[in-house]
Amino acid sequence: MAAPAWTRSETARGYFTLSPVLIYAVLLLAAPLITIFAYSFFKDGYLVIIHEFTLENYIATWSDPIFRTILLRSIIMAVVVTALTVLTAFPIAYFVSFHVRPSRKSFWLFLITIPFWTSYLIRIFAWKVIMGYSGVINSSLEMMGLMGDGRLFEDPFRMLTTLPAITVALAHAYAPFAILPIFVALEKIDRSLLEAGQDLGETRWTSFLRVTLPLAMPGVVGAVLVVFIPVIGDYVAPELIGGGKLPMVANLIQAQMLPLDNKPVGSAITISAMAVVALIALGFVFANRKFLRRPK
Amino acid sequence: MKFSGLRTYAVLYLLFLYAPIVLLPVFAFNSGTVVSFPLQGFTTDWFAQMAANTTLRRALTNSLIIGGSAAVLSTVLAMFAARASARYRFRGKAPVMGFIMLPLVLPEIMIGGSLLIVLLAMGVKLSILTVILGHVLIATPYAITILSTAFSSLDPSLEEAAYDLGETKWSTFRRVTLPLVLPAIISSMLISFTISMDEFIIAFFLAGNEPTLPTYIYSQLRFPKAIPVILALGTCLVVASIALLTLAEYIRRRGLAKTGAKDSGGFL
Repeated sequence: MAAPAWTRSETARGYFTLSPVLIYAVLLLAAPLITIFAYSFFKDGYLVIIHEFTLENYIATWSDPIFRTILLRSIIMAVVVTALTVLTAFPIAYFVSFHVRPSRKSFWLFLITIPFWTSYLIRIFAWKVIMGYSGVINSSLEMMGLMGDGRLFEDPFRMLTTLPAITVALAHAYAPFAILPIFVALEKIDRSLLEAGQDLGETRWTSFLRVTLPLAMPGVVGAVLVVFIPVIGDYVAPELIGGGKLPMVANLIQAQMLPLDNKPVGSAITISAMAVVALIALGFVFANRKFLRRPK
Repeated sequence: MKFSGLRTYAVLYLLFLYAPIVLLPVFAFNSGTVVSFPLQGFTTDWFAQMAANTTLRRALTNSLIIGGSAAVLSTVLAMFAARASARYRFRGKAPVMGFIMLPLVLPEIMIGGSLLIVLLAMGVKLSILTVILGHVLIATPYAITILSTAFSSLDPSLEEAAYDLGETKWSTFRRVTLPLVLPAIISSMLISFTISMDEFIIAFFLAGNEPTLPTYIYSQLRFPKAIPVILALGTCLVVASIALLTLAEYIRRRGLAKTGAKDSGGFL
């Protein structure tokens, strides 16, 4: 059977092979995203959606001080979580890449990724149990005789419903997301560059700052993005750890989409949040562009 | 020992990573109803209560159906993507692949919310079927990552040799390519299954009235009385995840050994 002419070009064959997954993504990813974009300009008529162009949803969203507070809180929390996660992850990635024997590397990576694959909901919940008022931390301190009247700590710590608690739970949840991209970047570094630097009189520390770190930056940028973007859209941690008292953007979207059932406003919030996240992400990539240039 | 500071840090970091998981079995076997020290006594009551719970069993059945379907569908879709990406160089490849991989970073609430709007606008009734659609979308990028390694380490001359020896395109795929990438396929199905079993937000938006394991767990977390049973369930889930992942990793390594590829590390 002779192949039809159009299948002879490599581009055509590439797209032909890719078509099942591409069609799926267009139907279930692109179409829904385009739809919420359209919905954000429609009017909500309680049970029906009025297909009439309006900017009301965006005006309502951005003029609402609650939205601005929540968005700002989400951004600040995501920035703190990202900084914490990436800074604590870097030494681990460095350790596995530079100080673990090659044959043991995949075992270490496996050890690091296992917690990530166990139920996210249960892990967040476990933090709630750890940090509860009569939870693991407080009750251990009491059992060790460090808490109570006249002891080292007078009262149990109130950790839940605070931003630091949400931050710790999220930093824990997204740790492997930060470690893996940095590890991949570190693995690509040609070790002879470091030796050359040290032969030329660099100390271990200066060669780290002047060779390793700049070469690892693409991994760090990747890590920042894959942590920051999902964290800013996290729903579970603010709900479980924050007890609903410190809602983030995702909780706001959920409230508009489901209980309040105002899908146009929900869409406008989603699109606004996506735009803000995209702007921050692009700004960050732009700020680090000198590290991301591919070697020619 | 040299660099012992860094090693100590690595061990402490692993303790931080594992602390919440280790606590689950500790309190799942504790007879006290409140999760705090000191421990009361040893009991398996919570596991018995868990096994007797019919809603939980229904949620588990739903999750297994969803996870199994999502695993098969996303792996099949990912095979096309991995094949296209490994075999052909074509214009627009990077942005198109980037678009397909987008669910990897897009917050699930945005995927869940936008899918909900489209499905409701089309008059589709929410059921476990709609959850499968969403889970296939988010599991496919992970499956592509696993399969791409296997497909790109395939030697194209093996397939050319099969063509020269008179095999058709399909029989070559079945008798040469498939056996070589089979370990990656199994590994990809196990990972996709695990992702689907754990996924909460999309199921929360798209399941309608059907419970899945995570939405059931979420609904129970507000009742202090239900917590020991949830800890027992969490223990079972952690054990199951670790077993599945160990299996996936074992199969992946065997596959790498078979194709002679260098081990490049973990799943991602």
